[in-house]
Amino acid sequence: MEYIHFAFTAFYQFGDAFAFLVLSAMGLAVIFGMMGIINLAHGEFIMCGAYVTVATARMGVPLPIAMLCGSLAAGMLGIVLERTIIHRLYHRPLDSIVATWGISLILTQGTLIVLGSSMAGISTPLGSFSVGNYSYSTYRMVLLGVAVLVLIGLYLLFHHTTFGIHSRATIQAPHMAKAVGIDTGRMYSLTFGLGAALAGLAGALYAPTISIVPTLGANFLVESFVTVVVGGADVFLGTAPAAATLAVIKAFLTGWQGQLMGQVGLLITVMVVIRILPQGLSGWLLKGRT
Amino acid sequence: MKYSTIQRTATLSTLLAGSLVTSASANDPIQIGVLEDQSGNFAAVTQVKVNAIELAAEEINAAGGIAGREVELVIYDTQSDDRRYQELMRRVLQRDQVDTVFAGFASSSREAYRPIVNQFDGLAFYNNQYEGGVCDANMIVTGAVPEQQFSTLIPWMMEEYGPNVYTIAADYNFGQISAEWVRQIVEEEGGEIVGEDFIPLGVSQFSQTIQNIQGEAPDFVVTLLVGSNQASYYEQAASANLGLPMASSVNVGQGYEHKRFAPPSLANMFVTTNFIEEVDTPEANAFVEKFYERFPDAPYVNQEAANSYISMYLYKQMVERADGSTDKEDLRAVIAEGDVCFDGPSGTVCLDPKSQHMSHNIFLAKVDENHEISFPETWENIEPYWLGENGCDLTQNDPSAQYTPSSPPNE
Repeated sequence: MEYIHFAFTAFYQFGDAFAFLVLSAMGLAVIFGMMGIINLAHGEFIMCGAYVTVATARMGVPLPIAMLCGSLAAGMLGIVLERTIIHRLYHRPLDSIVATWGISLILTQGTLIVLGSSMAGISTPLGSFSVGNYSYSTYRMVLLGVAVLVLIGLYLLFHHTTFGIHSRATIQAPHMAKAVGIDTGRMYSLTFGLGAALAGLAGALYAPTISIVPTLGANFLVESFVTVVVGGADVFLGTAPAAATLAVIKAFLTGWQGQLMGQVGLLITVMVVIRILPQGLSGWLLKGRT
Repeated sequence: MKYSTIQRTATLSTLLAGSLVTSASANDPIQIGVLEDQSGNFAAVTQVKVNAIELAAEEINAAGGIAGREVELVIYDTQSDDRRYQELMRRVLQRDQVDTVFAGFASSSREAYRPIVNQFDGLAFYNNQYEGGVCDANMIVTGAVPEQQFSTLIPWMMEEYGPNVYTIAADYNFGQISAEWVRQIVEEEGGEIVGEDFIPLGVSQFSQTIQNIQGEAPDFVVTLLVGSNQASYYEQAASANLGLPMASSVNVGQGYEHKRFAPPSLANMFVTTNFIEEVDTPEANAFVEKFYERFPDAPYVNQEAANSYISMYLYKQMVERADGSTDKEDLRAVIAEGDVCFDGPSGTVCLDPKSQHMSHNIFLAKVDENHEISFPETWENIEPYWLGENGCDLTQNDPSAQYTPSSPPNE
């Protein structure tokens, strides 16, 4: 029995870290990994998702629908920003850093000024369960399930739908895509919007478990960039193995040596991976194909 | 060469002009610099400090100012960033030439700006509870310190719940030194520290920490968590049904987590604080009422708001007793008389001449499962005795240092 308890503890901690890494990185994987825009406003899309979720849930809307609203709101915000600002910067990666950083500052400070320094939160649904001497939050397991579903969903979307194929064609070979009649401007907007909506989803899903403050996006920023850098350009083949690897490292080090070493481990992994695999895990996995 | 001479003359004349302006004539306003975090990780806690200072300044001005001079606030947003404190502390002392500064939330910020206050020989009020031990003639500390918060709280908790203690603390000077205090008191009382985890300020995910705590099965957990990120701990611990009593010197009293998080995540949290808005005394109620009347949108009136407000009146009293002088040494001569006291929101408090810290009435606040507050215990008039008993005496000399239980002043 002891072994089963230990195995479940390890699985729970791995799953918890994996879900956090996948969900916080997914939007960035689309916008940064795939589209190549270094999006420093990623945390603010997450913040937007969280705020809208909490606000709608507090108005009495059922939580899953509130979360959907949060994700959609972030997606809409993403599309608006893409149409007005980002689409001018596709060939100017350094400028896009400055622009998205500016957007991030404006959104954080704007939220602080309009909505104040903090907002009352909502409680975590679904209660807890026990295995052996330990009790666990049920919601955390749901997050793991959602993370896996989102990964599968994105794989299907990008590889088995017309939208996904058009989107990939637009990003890999924009002139050719245009020549065969794809509305590339629209594809860019929708893909960026998808990335923003995924970021918003992360905020929505984690909203019940964190402090609702204007700077909450910063909680996710390190983990998301680390995951995308380790993963490389492919949304599915990059993010999933990167998150799995990092989750093992983080859960093990945090359990063994505490939170500080967990953070240190993540950052050392990135340094090692960038040195050995500059294209990330997906670049390495797909090497045979190109 | 010629240019530099001209330049030097120009600088000299600017300096002269500057000093002419600042050589206080009796009718110039008294300027008070206010450096507090109005944005960033700590803003949720510290915005009300600025409000409290504004409230006190308005009251003082309406009643004729300090020694007949109007109070003028010079307010900057330090953005929860230690480097901003350093820049802005230089700015208020050097360029704005304020008479005193009210500054700081995080202990890392205080230690970042303190050498600058020393360098310009300024006078700063630190209106925050903290890990204790600052023996510095340029600082007046009105927040509560470990002998007021931990020497009361930890023995009470051990008596109530048992001797095995797990500490989780923010990983910077505040958390590290506070944890040292907890460790020392637990050992003195015959208990045992079964685990300690120091958590970087950016961390907001606590599943593994929660499990580490469950693995050690302590009788209660001491939570010394700081900032909005770390405040996520309570909700996550509650949803994992950790169910252990918690003790803290910082939560509720400054972070009003019982208002920000949905019940029952803060249930069974015990905090020692010198003020929170639930304290039910006539003077506390009057202060809270006044505060909300002036700032109806304020999220909570916390202990730092009360301490900032009290500091304004202590400063007024000191300047007036020094015949209108704002010179640091004149004010310290007043403090040395040993009776600089104020009847304010948290009862009667006095400044201790040896350490320039403040005595406090300490309330033990308990949060129940509906996030209602009760006060199972109060300790009246606890002196900030530790520094003085261990050899810090600012009336004799000024080491401008911070001491900890493992490195006390007399060693």
